[in-house]
Amino acid sequence: MLRFLTRRTLGAAVILLIIAAVTFFLFFAVPADPARLACGKVCPPETLAQARHNLGMDQPIFVQFVTWLAGIFVGRDYEGLGHCPAPCLGFSFVNHAPVFETITDRMPVTISLTLGSAVIFLLFGVGTGIVAALNQGKALDKIASVSSLIGASVQIYFVGTLAMYFLVYQWNIIARPRYVPFTDNPLEWAYGLLLPWVVLAIIFTANYTRMARSTMVEQLSEDYVRTARAKGMSARTVILRFALRGTLTPIATIFGIDVATLIGGAIITETTFSLQGIGRLSIQAVLNSDLPMLMATVLLAAAAIVVFNVIVDALYAVIDPRVRLS
Amino acid sequence: MTAVTLSQSSPGRRGDSFLSVQDLHISFQTEDGVVRAVDGLSFEVEKGTTLGIVGESGSGKSVTNLAILGLHNRDRTEIHGEIWFEDQELTGASRTALEGLRGNRIAMIFQDPLTSLSPYHTVGRQISEVYRKHKGASKKEARDRAIEMLERVGIPNARTRVDDYPHHFSGGMRQRVMIAMALVCDPDLLIADEPTTALDVTVQAQVLDLLKDLQQQTGTSIILITHDLGVIARTAHQVLVMYAGRAAERGTVREVLGEARHPYTWGLLSSVPRLGSPVDVPLTPIRGTPPSMLNPPSGCPFHPRCEYVRLAGPELCVHQRPDLSPATGHGDACYLTPKQKQETFAQIKGRP
Repeated sequence: MLRFLTRRTLGAAVILLIIAAVTFFLFFAVPADPARLACGKVCPPETLAQARHNLGMDQPIFVQFVTWLAGIFVGRDYEGLGHCPAPCLGFSFVNHAPVFETITDRMPVTISLTLGSAVIFLLFGVGTGIVAALNQGKALDKIASVSSLIGASVQIYFVGTLAMYFLVYQWNIIARPRYVPFTDNPLEWAYGLLLPWVVLAIIFTANYTRMARSTMVEQLSEDYVRTARAKGMSARTVILRFALRGTLTPIATIFGIDVATLIGGAIITETTFSLQGIGRLSIQAVLNSDLPMLMATVLLAAAAIVVFNVIVDALYAVIDPRVRLS
Repeated sequence: MTAVTLSQSSPGRRGDSFLSVQDLHISFQTEDGVVRAVDGLSFEVEKGTTLGIVGESGSGKSVTNLAILGLHNRDRTEIHGEIWFEDQELTGASRTALEGLRGNRIAMIFQDPLTSLSPYHTVGRQISEVYRKHKGASKKEARDRAIEMLERVGIPNARTRVDDYPHHFSGGMRQRVMIAMALVCDPDLLIADEPTTALDVTVQAQVLDLLKDLQQQTGTSIILITHDLGVIARTAHQVLVMYAGRAAERGTVREVLGEARHPYTWGLLSSVPRLGSPVDVPLTPIRGTPPSMLNPPSGCPFHPRCEYVRLAGPELCVHQRPDLSPATGHGDACYLTPKQKQETFAQIKGRP
């Protein structure tokens, strides 16, 4: 296990380094001039040159990359802007604050949104899938497959906007979604995010229903499930202890990818419900050509995927003793 | 068949044999229509003995035994007839009643021990959970019992191996684990569905001997389903030959293998290779293929493949369905006269 984790962590670091390099050089190929943005609307040539120098942009691009990279570990000083403590992902051109500060500011919103919704779509999706599998071909199964088809076809900006219009503005059933830190008030935290959670879950549940249903149907015809029944195990035990176990591997796979993607920024959901998370941050960074901020959000999304991949692989071994980690 | 006079008892009788299947019919719905997997089957198992059920794939032997434990797919399957286990009727038994019997008084082992054991749980857990469920034992007691059972079925270092997963065991050892799991509650009846088919030939004999030894120790009755007459000769006391969901012949091992009366049994016997016979003599297979149970043949289900239809009279074989006769003892479902059967079998035995 330890060897596996060390190897995978090293591998992850290499992947992240490559992604960092590619995005860094890609963004510098973009014709937007960060120094001009930093300098302001009226920008005399001397000031522009000064801004370039302050941002370190008068250096060769390779040196810039190394300086940026070193900043992550040891921090960095910007002339005229101040110190950016480690881990320094650069200074935002727009709000003139270290990028990392903004990221840590926004992160809790996205994590809260992701976790709450993930719990809902995992439990509800897998639950519906199991019920459908156990009632194969019957009414419940058909209801489950039709509703999951509908769920998979609609878009967040459609359901979300409808929900906002009717539930919030027309009928006043629920307050406008907002983010209250969990540490301030857990109840307010849950209440404020309930609507986004549910709407986001509607979109994702369908996948889990279908996946859980199809693997469960397979599992129910497995020999060892028949053995469990032949041993006199109750229907509940047969399903929960034996059949469900085999459905966990594929579920863990898609769950890891979904959670990682959402952590990287639920752009549409955050925009629909005006939540200030990572997703909106990255959109604003694009619109403002805020390159350091954009780099940081891209890296964050990549890191989430890489990290969750390692977690899912480790989970495989926990779920299935036949899987060896090496 | 008119010459037979031995039928003193009606087939509906029950009470002294402890498992009794009476006029069982099993059919299930498929996309192509209704499959009549078992069509009027009766047999009995006596205490402490082994009944071998032989037949080709699709002859209904596995389905019958799944039905005894109620393990068939209830949504698609229709069952008529009676299955008596002591004084309990099983085809109409409640789910909880069946759950209380399964693994406790009637246990089952299956063909492929690798897929039949859960890959996700240790063998100790899989054995002990049966004991805990039915005997209400504590975790510790059940674990000790699991170790004891593993020792009894001949697994070396049972104390350490109890925490291993099935994939850590070889095929033969896995089947021993299955047997330990099946016998953990000292069942009265063990149903073994092709328990050696997936195993190496050398291991097959070991597993069969183990079953035999355990039977002598515990007095468990065994239903052994197989298509291998060698397995039957080695382990069974009684034999039931099945064809197309019906009984073709029934009797003791000596009767059925030594004085076979049904052309299908003759066919099975002729297709077994013998160590003593010359290698260049080809085996004699039964011509044709087993019938589709979607649309079973009229009359005797074996008549399309039978070489002796002309001898018994086509009218009879094609249009009338023979039943086992006599109703007890060595019985067969064939219209040939006893003399014809005797002479033909002697002739077959005389072939190289």
